[in-house]
Amino acid sequence: MISMRFPPWAIGAMILGLAGFAVMVAANVRQNRGVKRSLFAYPYSLWMVVFTIIPLLLIAYYAFTDRSGQFTLENFRTFWDSNHEMNKQLAELGFDPAALGGARGTVNVDTLVYSLWMAFLCTVICLFLGYPAALFMADRQFRLGATLVILFIIPMWMNFLLRTIAWMSLLEDNGLINSILTALGLPRMQLMYNSQAVLLGMVYNYLPFMVFPVYNALSKQDYRLSEAAMDLGASPILTFWRVTMPLSLPGVISGITMVFMPSVTTFFIPRVLGGGNTEMFGDLIERTFLSADNWNVGSALSLIMMVLILMSLTLLRKVDPEGEGGSTI
Amino acid sequence: MAERPQLIKLEDVSKQYDGAEVLSDINLYIRKNEFVTLLGPSGCGKTTTLRIIGGFEHPTTGRVLFDGQDITGLPPYKRRVNTVFQKYALFPHLNVFENIAFGLKVAKRPKDEIKARVEKLLTLVNLKEYGRRSVESLSGGQQQRIAIARALVNEPEVLLLDEPLGALDLKLRQEMQLELKRMQQRLGITFIYVTHDQEEALTMSDIIVVMREGYIQQIGTPKDVYDEPKSAFVANFVGESNIIRGTMLKDFLVSFCGAEFQCVDKGFGRNVPVDVLIRPEDLQVVEEGQGMLKGTVRSVLFKGVHYEMIIDTGEFSFKVHATTMQPEGAGVGLSVIPFNIHIMRPMPVELVEEEEAGE
Repeated sequence: MISMRFPPWAIGAMILGLAGFAVMVAANVRQNRGVKRSLFAYPYSLWMVVFTIIPLLLIAYYAFTDRSGQFTLENFRTFWDSNHEMNKQLAELGFDPAALGGARGTVNVDTLVYSLWMAFLCTVICLFLGYPAALFMADRQFRLGATLVILFIIPMWMNFLLRTIAWMSLLEDNGLINSILTALGLPRMQLMYNSQAVLLGMVYNYLPFMVFPVYNALSKQDYRLSEAAMDLGASPILTFWRVTMPLSLPGVISGITMVFMPSVTTFFIPRVLGGGNTEMFGDLIERTFLSADNWNVGSALSLIMMVLILMSLTLLRKVDPEGEGGSTI
Repeated sequence: MAERPQLIKLEDVSKQYDGAEVLSDINLYIRKNEFVTLLGPSGCGKTTTLRIIGGFEHPTTGRVLFDGQDITGLPPYKRRVNTVFQKYALFPHLNVFENIAFGLKVAKRPKDEIKARVEKLLTLVNLKEYGRRSVESLSGGQQQRIAIARALVNEPEVLLLDEPLGALDLKLRQEMQLELKRMQQRLGITFIYVTHDQEEALTMSDIIVVMREGYIQQIGTPKDVYDEPKSAFVANFVGESNIIRGTMLKDFLVSFCGAEFQCVDKGFGRNVPVDVLIRPEDLQVVEEGQGMLKGTVRSVLFKGVHYEMIIDTGEFSFKVHATTMQPEGAGVGLSVIPFNIHIMRPMPVELVEEEEAGE
């Protein structure tokens, strides 16, 4: 059924890609009378074509067409026009802006604003928690630094779904925290199914992505630079503000990128820790595709998301032109 | 030289890292306006000593006095000394002007004063037009000058220099040596200079402190250290040398290589084993049959101003510097005047072995 959704040109492109790949390999082997090193790059190129470029083209295709395959801009109108027919359909399926607390526009706009706000909060919290942690880890005098690095890495060995579900058993009504509260004779608290729980889950999951780029930038710094600052009369605090901090900015920018970008598109965490009460843009896109079964609107939403991310990336590149913080995005 | 007041004094300073002693019993004073060089091979503790004076390390025991006041526990930003770091440690996020102005900005000086003083320093180091340049665009020599200007901006009483010329090529290094010396004399600042380059130390210093494995070996003027080294280590490290095991027969008479020599040293006692130092340039090559020693030329190297010959007498291979050469294999005589024979107390055996293993 799904295969019928793919337009003929996409299937054609995939077949062409595979055929082209075969031809390239054959030509390479023949031309070099054997295997050359560049041959090993082909599987990678094939991977890129099949799993990145063609899907991107498909998203663009669906975003600008209706169900019958005709060109249209209607999908984008649903984003801001609350009276649009498709939004009414979505509302019937439970996508009710009022349920989100503030019905400012369509469910889409509301969710996007909410997602951006949550991502912003998450990034700020990660920065304020992560920077001091990175500072301790990079401190030559602080002997527990290496241990701290390991402690930050260990949770990352586990899948993030598991980590998020683990928070459930801590926060739920009969979870660990409430059990302790009951045992102490205190009233139970509603810890889950609200924005704070979602934010907690996000910060927990994304904190290492802030800590490591900053740690990287700080530990690469020549300790003689801060010694030179102190030598010239700067107190430790002034040394931090005038030398250590400015020189770690590329790492901070990299960290912000690596936390903010995935934060905006967070999904699953809101569903697990927020119950049905909060929804973020990632969940919305997923539901539009699967529950509402509307690939066209879903693609349009994805495209809007993508443009937003590209815009923020360009903005950050301007601040950190050399990508010194080791940004990999 | 007139006696100047003591400015910095290290008293019984020692330093341990994780139980390993890197500095032992350092007692040292530095007078006002002196150019003092800490000289020694790597790992001798010279940089640690400098860092203790700068406040970046704290001694395990002992005290550091500045102008009579105990500054042992004082952090670097409260000391009236400034440092030129080994690899300059210029701030990469600031331009040349801002680098030099750093000390003044931190001290919250008024803007026009900062501008005037930075420009004066840029003139002093001959980089007047470079204020707006980024430090990374400068050559090693220019970065070096900026590092010096930055350290001088707070008008310190003492400037600490940690192998500042180590990264420069020979020609530039020699130019900078002269320039630094001139600067020190003109500004009237005490310089404490760390290097492993004995030539640099001899050229610039008023006082040389020779260090080895955490101990001070000798403190003296360049001439003292070169002409009257207290140990074979100092003799070997400062300049080239022939060190021969010998016996002090009595005052003014020493025996080595199977011959007896007049010398100018006394007070060692009778028939005492000693180390005898003869500098390569103090040996004269004479015709075979003449001179006190007889030998064969084993090798000849042309070194520019002189030839370096290895002359084997059977007991010892002498290194000789001479402006005329003898062909390899030629039989020659060697002579030395009493004034150029220098007698030292012998090194303990284990140190001698170490020395030989190191060669």
